[in-house]
Amino acid sequence: MSQRRVVVTGLGATTPLGGDVDSTWKALLAGQSGVRLLTEDWRELLPVHFAARVATEPGDQMERVEMRRLDRSEQFALVASREAWKDAGSPDEIDKERLGVVVASGIGGVITLLDQFVNLNEKGARGVSPHTVPMLMPNGPAANVGLELQAKAGVHTPVSACASGAEAIGYAYEMIKNNRADIIVTGGVEAAIHQLPMAGFAAMKALSTRNDAPARASRPYDVDRDGFVLGEGGGILVIEEYEHAKARGAKMYCEIGGQGLTSDGFHIAAPDPDGNGVQRAIKFALQNSGLSTKDIVHLNAHATSTPAGDVAEANALRKALGADADHVAVSATKSMTGHLLGGAGAIESVFIVKALQERLAPPTINIENLDPAVTVDVVRDTPRQLPAGDIAALNDSFGFGGHNVVLAFKSL
Amino acid sequence: MALSQADVLAGIKEIVEEVAGIPAASIELGKNFTDDLEVDSLSMVEVVVACEERFGVKIPDEKVTELATVGDAVNFIVNAAA
Repeated sequence: MSQRRVVVTGLGATTPLGGDVDSTWKALLAGQSGVRLLTEDWRELLPVHFAARVATEPGDQMERVEMRRLDRSEQFALVASREAWKDAGSPDEIDKERLGVVVASGIGGVITLLDQFVNLNEKGARGVSPHTVPMLMPNGPAANVGLELQAKAGVHTPVSACASGAEAIGYAYEMIKNNRADIIVTGGVEAAIHQLPMAGFAAMKALSTRNDAPARASRPYDVDRDGFVLGEGGGILVIEEYEHAKARGAKMYCEIGGQGLTSDGFHIAAPDPDGNGVQRAIKFALQNSGLSTKDIVHLNAHATSTPAGDVAEANALRKALGADADHVAVSATKSMTGHLLGGAGAIESVFIVKALQERLAPPTINIENLDPAVTVDVVRDTPRQLPAGDIAALNDSFGFGGHNVVLAFKSL
Repeated sequence: MALSQADVLAGIKEIVEEVAGIPAASIELGKNFTDDLEVDSLSMVEVVVACEERFGVKIPDEKVTELATVGDAVNFIVNAAA
């Protein structure tokens, strides 16, 4: 079998910055924050009173009856996949046995689970919706997208906490490489802005508590960062085998060169300060893609704004890229979107595809004083022009459990 | 409390529209829930629970399978409430 190449042919997103890719990308380049005070009364239960809710409610684009059978994470998946599928040219005539779906979520339908538990306690078992299980299962977002598109090559949901979205795209990439499919709708979503998961993250001291300035709270690499900001939404890519895309005359954004996957074997939640697992994941992604550190001009960092995580990652990037880190424009877009958990690696992959297309690395906002321990070249406040010619970029994502995923993208 | 057939039909129309998104105008006594109205098995459970709450009746699970048409459901509820 000849080497099968994988290209990106469609993008979709619903994020705290916009209801689609265009509005999100514009707000991202403008350095806007999607973080706001929560309006719900339950915020008073928590030490954290803010989060990054989606800019556009799914109800603006969906019928009420459809909405009530879907968990919020599933609604995000359908909204973003419809945009991505349309962007890919709505190729409905393709062989559905060669169409796959790989969509992840870090936590699954947690809001449904908790709401239905309230129903059970208040109304008894008859009060629990018959849609509960299909709504709370973590594969629900993937399954609903697969049903809508009648995908028959396989519908999958890798779960690795905050690396889930990136892992999904990597899994989809492998499916095309290995000739299981020709076209795949892939990405990640999350809908966990609810008092219980937020209380759990707060109990870990993982969330920022900057209640007096929510829009300034997500500040990767700043010396005064104090935790991440929970976000919601999702990103979806249509990826496709190169010859398949060419034959149907599809627009091609860029190529997915390959991926690197490792695990830390260190701690359930803390990053390995040595960053060995991250370094190896970068090395494997480069090898797998036929790239060297010299080719990389941009990296969308995981950088969640936690005190330990940002520096551990930056150190690992410096070690893995060596002197070539000097020409890598590092963007920490969670400073604007918040942390979408299982959706993070997916929207950040959408951002990389846009960055390669427009040759612009998005900014990192809220760095008032750059942490001196950070030795990578961070794009601050305004977008940075990327070079002309053949370029490549990396997206790294890490998840509780010690999961490391690095995806490599190349211009075409 | 006695319920009239017309009251129950009107209530079922509202419930089926709410749960399954089927326009109330197309819901008639002779329509089959599954074949004509395309109410799937999960939505049918919701319809049953909503009818129980609204009309104050119990619809046992073994009876649900016998309620093929809207008219079957109306008759069952009118009799159960009588």
